[in-house]
Formats: sequence, structure tokens, C-alpha cells
Amino acid sequence: MNPYNYLYVSGLLFTIGAVGVVVRRNAIVVFMCVELMLNAANLAFVTFSRINGTLDGQVTAFFTMVVAACEVVVGLAIIVTIYRSRRSASVDDASLLKR
Amino acid sequence: MSTSSSLVYLIALPLFGAAALLLGGRRTDKWGHFLATAMSASAFGVGLYQLSQMLARPTEERAVTQKLFSWIAVGNFNIDAALLLDQLSICFVLLITGVGTLIHIYSISYMAHDENRRRFFAYLNLFIAAMLLLVLGNSYLNLYVGWEGVGLASYLLIGFWNQKPAYATASKKAFVMNRVGDMGLSFAIMIAFATLGTTTFAGIADVAPRASEGALTAIGIMLVVAAAGKSAQFPLQAWLGDAMAGPTPVSALIHAATMVTAGVYLIVRSHFIFDLAPTAQLVVVIVGAITLIFGALIGTAKDDIKKALAASTMSQIGYMILAAGLGPVGYAFAIMHLLTHGFFKASMFLGAGSVMHGMNDEVNMRKFGNLRKFMPITFVTFGFGYLAIIGVPPFAGFYSKDAIIETAFNAGGLKGILLGGAALLGAAITAFYMSRVMILTFTSKARWDDEAHPHESPALMWVPIAILSFGSIASGFLFTRGHALVNWLEPIVGGHEGNHEEFLAPMVVSALALTAVAIGVAIALMKYQFADVAPVAPVDVSALTRLVRNDLGQDAFNEAVFMRPGIALTELAQKADESVVDGAVRGVGRLATGSGSVLRRSQTGFARSYAAFILIGAVILIAGIWVVTQ
Repeated sequence: MNPYNYLYVSGLLFTIGAVGVVVRRNAIVVFMCVELMLNAANLAFVTFSRINGTLDGQVTAFFTMVVAACEVVVGLAIIVTIYRSRRSASVDDASLLKR
Repeated sequence: MSTSSSLVYLIALPLFGAAALLLGGRRTDKWGHFLATAMSASAFGVGLYQLSQMLARPTEERAVTQKLFSWIAVGNFNIDAALLLDQLSICFVLLITGVGTLIHIYSISYMAHDENRRRFFAYLNLFIAAMLLLVLGNSYLNLYVGWEGVGLASYLLIGFWNQKPAYATASKKAFVMNRVGDMGLSFAIMIAFATLGTTTFAGIADVAPRASEGALTAIGIMLVVAAAGKSAQFPLQAWLGDAMAGPTPVSALIHAATMVTAGVYLIVRSHFIFDLAPTAQLVVVIVGAITLIFGALIGTAKDDIKKALAASTMSQIGYMILAAGLGPVGYAFAIMHLLTHGFFKASMFLGAGSVMHGMNDEVNMRKFGNLRKFMPITFVTFGFGYLAIIGVPPFAGFYSKDAIIETAFNAGGLKGILLGGAALLGAAITAFYMSRVMILTFTSKARWDDEAHPHESPALMWVPIAILSFGSIASGFLFTRGHALVNWLEPIVGGHEGNHEEFLAPMVVSALALTAVAIGVAIALMKYQFADVAPVAPVDVSALTRLVRNDLGQDAFNEAVFMRPGIALTELAQKADESVVDGAVRGVGRLATGSGSVLRRSQTGFARSYAAFILIGAVILIAGIWVVTQ
């Protein structure tokens, strides 16, 4: 099978994630969209590894997974804390930087 | 040239007095005036000692010098702070310290009730020191230091009663107008150094004959500007009348006898330049002739006794400048008139101070009258000064002024007739306005208010006046006996090359001058002695009188030509500063805040919009890289 098809899937997943981050308000959904983008990137790495016949991309994919895991831990903790104090998980409500 | 180690004491003694009084503060209040007087008197003593030494030496070895220290030494540019005492400067040294000491003595009594008397005496001593440095400097640069020093002392003393804003303004006016003259002197020094390579009198006299006439003319004209500023000559004359705001002894010492004659000294001292620059010399006589008429005219309309005397000073210095501009024949006469004028004008100023002392500081002559009965000594001494200034023989002014009128006529051609005529006309007007002063103050009917109790001044005041008035009687006769002063100054300023034609015989000139004086006196007698004088100046007077009362528009002219354009220029500069310089700085700030307030709108505070910006940015970046690497 043509390995480039994986790249198209990766691009599609990344676009969906990016659009989700920009358009959705719910912090959990935004968070999951970020995960989607990371995984799209992982898919691309693995595909490049296959195309080039080296293991560099696969190694990097492991690193990305570790980073994603850390991000989940920190990110979910933030979202939960915000929800506790504000009773809302909308990212638009958390705009104290402006006001 | 021989040297003398005691010249420095002439300057050091009064300078020490000034320093002691100014630094000593209130502690010296009780005896400060005695110290100052003693310092001035001992400087006079040193002057007399120097004169006796000088007389003992043969003519060509009379000048002595003293090097104080090496002032500026840069490569070939060496200037020493050195003093030079010759036949010319000894005249000034004795005049300054002699008249100065008498005025110190007079001031002890005159300023007795002033709580700042110590400060007054400190400034007087400072003036004496600066004036002596002026006449003793052996180069223009040393002279310049003294020149600025007397300007400072004059400023401090005119504004001595600076609690009155008008007096403070008068001192500022004098200072500013003097600065214009000082600029002239500094330019003259710079040109002299640039073209002749030296600033000492001896050095310039040495190289001047080989220098270009253009350079000498430029130096000469700049020196005339300097002299005009210091000596209140046209066109820088306007400050002298206002300078009368100072205490009367100051007017007598600085603004009559010594400082204002520094311009005459400067021109006579620079004879080696003027003798070789006929154009500059012509400027000198024109300035002198204009001022002698100008001052005399102003004198006719002044009701303030001190301002009338100030106008007269201006006019008499005009005579001296005129004489100094006539070349070697005139220098000695300029100095002679300067010395006799020093005596009679100082005695009259001190007399005016004595009158003011007795009349509650009133200066308006229309409020005087018949004071001869109450102040007999002041009347007699003032009268001697009066007879001297209008030129009645055998008083001092007759000899000196007659010589100037005669020399002016002898200048030859149309120039001689014009200058001689101006001097003669000046003599007539002088006789008129001085008679007016005399009549209004001493002989006409009494017009003073009931509060005035005229009385004679104490001996401490009238004795100095009496000594000075003795000078105004005898000095002219003594100076001319056997051409004493002319021969004395001949080694310095050059002699009378006797080959010029006499335009009129001396006897005819004397007769003409005396006729002019008689006419002036007669008019004054008719107008003031044999007619009633209004105690208030009449208002419905001719346009000419009004013009003269306004000092011939000198202030209006200065204000229109210099002051208002100057203010306009400053305002323009200020506006330019505000709009261009400040505007550029403020513009940069406004640009930053303006663009900031526009960009601020993009900062919404919504995390999603930031994410969108990052996304768009990343897309643009990648697209850019892609386009470039394709």
C-alpha cells in the first residue's frame, strides 16, 4: 500500500484537531483535539520512518507519546481546577488576561 | 626696560580690601570702611612713590614693567600676566587712586546710614583694583581682565540698592550694553592675535607698520565699539543715564571720573593702530562729535540733577574721543581733558550728592532753588566745577576744552570746520545746560516742599569736594604750563609734528569759544534766573523738547531695532524648539502609543483566538518555506 496515504490521513486528522481547537468552547473537547493533533503528528513521524527506512521517526513518536501523557496529566489537572472554582469548562470564560 | 617689584601692590592692596570685606562678613561692619579707605589711600601712596621714581629717571627709561606670572604658555603662544607703568598709565593710576580715595572718604559719611555700607566699600575697592589692572596691563588680554572687572563692579554698584526693581533693571541694562562693547574688544584681540600674532602693546606697536591696513582698520573699528560701550558713546550710550540709579559716590567715581573714560584710555593706548588706520580714526572722530552734541542736547532737558550731570559726562567724553581721533596732535589733549574732567565732574557729582543729602534725597532740580544760602560750601565748590566745565578761564576746563576745539579746527578742510563747529556748538550747549543746573539748584527762587530742611553736609563730605574743586581750578593751568602734560606724554603717544597749518589763530578760537559760552549762559539766565520756574515740568512743550526729554529716542530706537526683533527671534526659536525638536520627540511617542492602541485590539483574551493566530502564523510560515524551497 502506498505509504503516502498515511500522510493524507495524518494531514486530515491534524486539520480536524486544529479546527476543533479553534472552534470548540468546551475545554475537554479542545483538549482532546490537541491530543488528536499530537497523534496526527505521530502518524506522520511513523510514516516518514517507513518511507525513509530508518528508525528515527519511530523513536520520536515514543517521545511524543511521553510528552502527550505529561500534557494530559497537567492539562486535566488545570481543567478540573478551573471547573471547581468556576463551575464551567468553557475556554472563553477563562479570559482574565484581557479583563 | 627696567622692572619694578612694587607695581603689583597697586592692585593687590585694594583687592585685598575687597576680599577682606566680602569674606569677613558682618564682623567687619564696624571698621570695614576704614580698611577700604586705607587700602585705596595706600594704593595712592604707591602711585606717588612710583611717580617720584619715574621722575628721577631720564625720559626714555621712565616706563617700568613687572611680570607677575606666566599666564598662558602653549607652544609659541606665550602670554604673561605682566604690568606696565609708563607716563600714560601713571596719570590714570594717580587719578583713579587719588579721586578714588577722596570718594572713599566722602562715602564714609554719605553711606553712614546704609546698613550695607561694608558691601558698598568692598565693591568700591574691587572697582579700584579692576580699574588699576585695566590701566596697568601690558597687553590687551591683561587689559581685558580689568575691563571686565570694572564692568562687574559697575554692575554691582549701579544695582547696589537692588531692592528697587527699577535700579536692578538699570544695572542689568548697563551690563548688557557694556557686553556689546566687550564683544568689540574681544574681537579686536582675536583679530590682533590672528593677523599680528601678539597681543602686547609693545609687540603690536612693533609689527603694526608691516601689517595690512585692512587688518588694522578692523582692529581699530572693533576697539571703537569697545570704547563706545564702556564710555557711553554713540551708539551704545543709552545705559549711562540709567546708571545714575547707583549711590552718588559711585556716579562720581565710576560713571564720571574713571571707568567711563576707559574708552579714551583704550584709544590713546592703541595709538599705534589708529595712526596707521585713517578709516578707523575717522570713525573715532565721528563717534566723538555725534556724542558730544547728543549728550549736550540730552543734558538740556533733564530735571534730575544726576541725569543732567550724566548727560554732561557723555558729552565731555565725546570731546575726549574726538580729540583722541585727531591723531598724535590730539592724544595729549584727550588725556588732559580726561584728567581735568575727572576733577571737576567728580566734584560736581559729589556736590550733587551733598545737595541730595541735605534735601531728603530729592533729585528733581525743579524742587531745589536758592540752596546757595543753606549750603554755601557746596555752592562754592560746585560753582568752581561749573566754571571749569563751561570753560571759563582760568579754570581747568578752559585749557583742556579750548585745546580740543582748536585741534579740531586744525584738522583741515571741511572735516576741520565740521568738527570744530560741532565742538563749538557743544561748548555753547554745555554752557546752557550747566548754567541751568546751577541756576535751578542754587540761585533761583526756592521751590522746595515744606518737609525739606536744607543744611550743609558734614566736613567728611565737603573736604573731599573742596580738594577736588581745587583740582578743577588749578589742574588745567598746571598741565599746560610749559606744555607740561604734552611733553610728559610725548614718548608714549608721539609728538606734535608742527608742520600742519593753523586754520584759525589760537586767540580767535578762544574768543569764539568764550562767545559761545557767553551765549549759552545768557540764554540760561534769561530762561531760568529772570523768569519763574515751574516746580513741575511743563507738559505743553514743543515736539523738539519732548524728543530731547525722551533722550532723543535712544531707548525707543534700541527697543525697536534690537529689543523687539530680539524678543521676536527668541519667540521664534522657542516655537521652533517646541514644534520641531519637541514635536519630533513627542511624535515618536505618539506613533508608538497610536500603533499600540490599534494592535491592542487583537489581544482579545480568548485562548481560542490566540490559538487561531498561532495556527495562521504557522500556516503562513510553512507556506513561505515551501514557496522559497520549491
